[in-house]
Amino acid sequence: MSTFATDLDTAGLKTQAGDLFRRKRLMNFGLPALVLVYLVYVFFAFDVPGLAERASLDKAQTLVSDSYSYKTHVTRDNRSGEVEVAIEGERKGRYEAGVAPAWVSLGDETVIDLEDGYVVTFGAENFVSFEIPDYGLITARPSRSSGVNATFPDGPMPEWISLSRNRLAVNTEAGRLTVTRNRTEVFRYFFGWELFFFTLDSPYHGTNPGELMGMAFSGEAGAIWSDFWNNAMWRHRDVAWAIFETILMAFLGTFGAAMVALPLAFLAARNFSPLMPVRFAIRRVFDFVRGVDALIWTIILARAFGPGPLTGALAILLTDTGTFGKIFSEALENVDDKQIEGVASTGAKPLQRYRFGVIPQVTPVLLSQLLYFLESNTRSATIIGAITGGGIGLMLTQAIITQKDWEEVTYYIVLIILMVVLMDWASGWLRRKLISGDEGGH
Amino acid sequence: MADTTADVPRGVDRIQADYMAMAQRRRLYSFLMLAIFVALMAAGFRTADARNAGGFFDGLHRIFDYPAEVLGEAAQNLTALPGYLVQYLPSLIETLNIAAASTLIGLIGGTLLSLLSTRGLALWPALIPVFRRVMDICRAIPEIVIALVLIFVMGGGPVPAMIAIAIHTSGALGKLFSEVNENVSLKPVEGLASVGATWSQRMYLGVIPQVGPNYVSYALLRFEINIRASAILGFVGAGGIGYELKNTISWGQGRYDQATAIFILLFLTIIVVDQLSGLLRDRLTHGTKA
Repeated sequence: MSTFATDLDTAGLKTQAGDLFRRKRLMNFGLPALVLVYLVYVFFAFDVPGLAERASLDKAQTLVSDSYSYKTHVTRDNRSGEVEVAIEGERKGRYEAGVAPAWVSLGDETVIDLEDGYVVTFGAENFVSFEIPDYGLITARPSRSSGVNATFPDGPMPEWISLSRNRLAVNTEAGRLTVTRNRTEVFRYFFGWELFFFTLDSPYHGTNPGELMGMAFSGEAGAIWSDFWNNAMWRHRDVAWAIFETILMAFLGTFGAAMVALPLAFLAARNFSPLMPVRFAIRRVFDFVRGVDALIWTIILARAFGPGPLTGALAILLTDTGTFGKIFSEALENVDDKQIEGVASTGAKPLQRYRFGVIPQVTPVLLSQLLYFLESNTRSATIIGAITGGGIGLMLTQAIITQKDWEEVTYYIVLIILMVVLMDWASGWLRRKLISGDEGGH
Repeated sequence: MADTTADVPRGVDRIQADYMAMAQRRRLYSFLMLAIFVALMAAGFRTADARNAGGFFDGLHRIFDYPAEVLGEAAQNLTALPGYLVQYLPSLIETLNIAAASTLIGLIGGTLLSLLSTRGLALWPALIPVFRRVMDICRAIPEIVIALVLIFVMGGGPVPAMIAIAIHTSGALGKLFSEVNENVSLKPVEGLASVGATWSQRMYLGVIPQVGPNYVSYALLRFEINIRASAILGFVGAGGIGYELKNTISWGQGRYDQATAIFILLFLTIIVVDQLSGLLRDRLTHGTKA
């Protein structure tokens, strides 16, 4: 029987409550303040104010606009006078000599209609004129000896024109014109990813999907597929292989690590391995391979095996062996002894005890961990691929290094996100199937 | 009544036969799955081996050549090692700062995203699916993608890495947090609502105290992961110790002793942070139980 104390020390309680509130207030305001102070420190440690100067808005702009549009170059070589039309200015996207899109009319005088009244004309003897509505006519006659010789309508020079002795650049919303002594070039921007399905040399370029279906049914499906698959501009085949390699790295790495880690985990679990030194040694091995980190493993393995998917898979395998070993041995230590005793009471031998007493208990835990890691390793494989050279990570870094194929970068990024989301979804689906479907289903 | 007693022997037979058939089918399925798995592993290994620059069996005996070379050079220059350790300490701190700052930002972002996408807590219940998708996409983008693009725009340095890791962390933590939020008791929230608390007050005073320990525990785990991530991103040009590592190992001969110093620093950091956060997390989760 407990009795209530009646002689409560109110003053003491009040100070206690006051202390408690003070502590809570300190926590409530002190912690956010601490975070804020740290972030301010980082703000200056990382030199964010200086970053504003270094960051280039122009680059961001080209990146964004390039990601959803493409440009067609009309180029005249001012020494030979030859005019060439090419998508993105690449050899792979070049129109054949004498062929041009409808807005370019080739001939003695090349007229490039940029629409809305913007017209560029390549005349004789390197002469070039650019008709701009609401402004007037810009002309230039580049020559090797005297520069670009540009003339402008009267009035102040607008800021979208930049001029030096040897270079004229005009930036309008309809298109861009640059003139140097050696070449005159017009860029016109269009919305979309050009040549995504077929390059210009394919007979299927420019056909609409309906016609294409018709052709496919009349026996050209193989040729159509091969033209698409071997597209030199977008390299669908290489991209598909790269994605496959990335998933392969994750798959081999994750499951290989599980196969190595499972037997070792038994040796590291307190209730299965009676020998303390063995347990200790195996655990330190797990700690070591985990601590060395995938980055360093990747570097070391790349020296031995060269770049490629196998190196990436082995790097994932090594790192994850440590992680899995730790997780698995913890799962094994949490195994319920009753089931093992029950199996043992029917006269099961040690191996059978493991098979029927232990494995069914740990399988759900192990499988769900494994599938989680499969998804996250798909991301790691992208990163490792970028370092060691393999898979979609390599293609992405290469595309970024060239600094101009932003539509390809966008394409790869979209594919990477789709790949990870797909792996996430698939591993979730498998997890539900394998684990909640039937518990002892191994 | 009489029927059932008469049926018993036949019933047992049938049950036994059914059970055996089922057990057999299950064994067959297990065997088939195992066979498919083994075939996939073997085929996968062979494909990877074929597409690799060097073969597996050619390279196997060379695994230790490079570490031996690096360590050998470091051993010759052992006296310089402490100096290098001190020399690379600032870049290690930068890497740790990237990880810590991005974990903090990710913690804040993940908290917001998870609160906005949990049924019962969301500020705008109609937008729950939107925030879920945002979380999924943040989680799906590998850090390196954002980092590389931002490095192009902003130039190399720690900020692109921080942003990239923070975005991924918000998505990853957001998902874990929203699982925690599912189990929150709504009573404090309702109580606060009844005295006229705003949404942010309800969340900060009613929800966060309940989920705080779990949040911090997940964030600590994430911090470990983020240290590795920031070291890797340094390797592709985002500053910190990864960048120094790349310089030392790609400069060819004569700098392996410095690379060793960086290896040691990175290794020690990961181990120490692992152990510390393991201890802290243990205390946090047991604290909630008590």
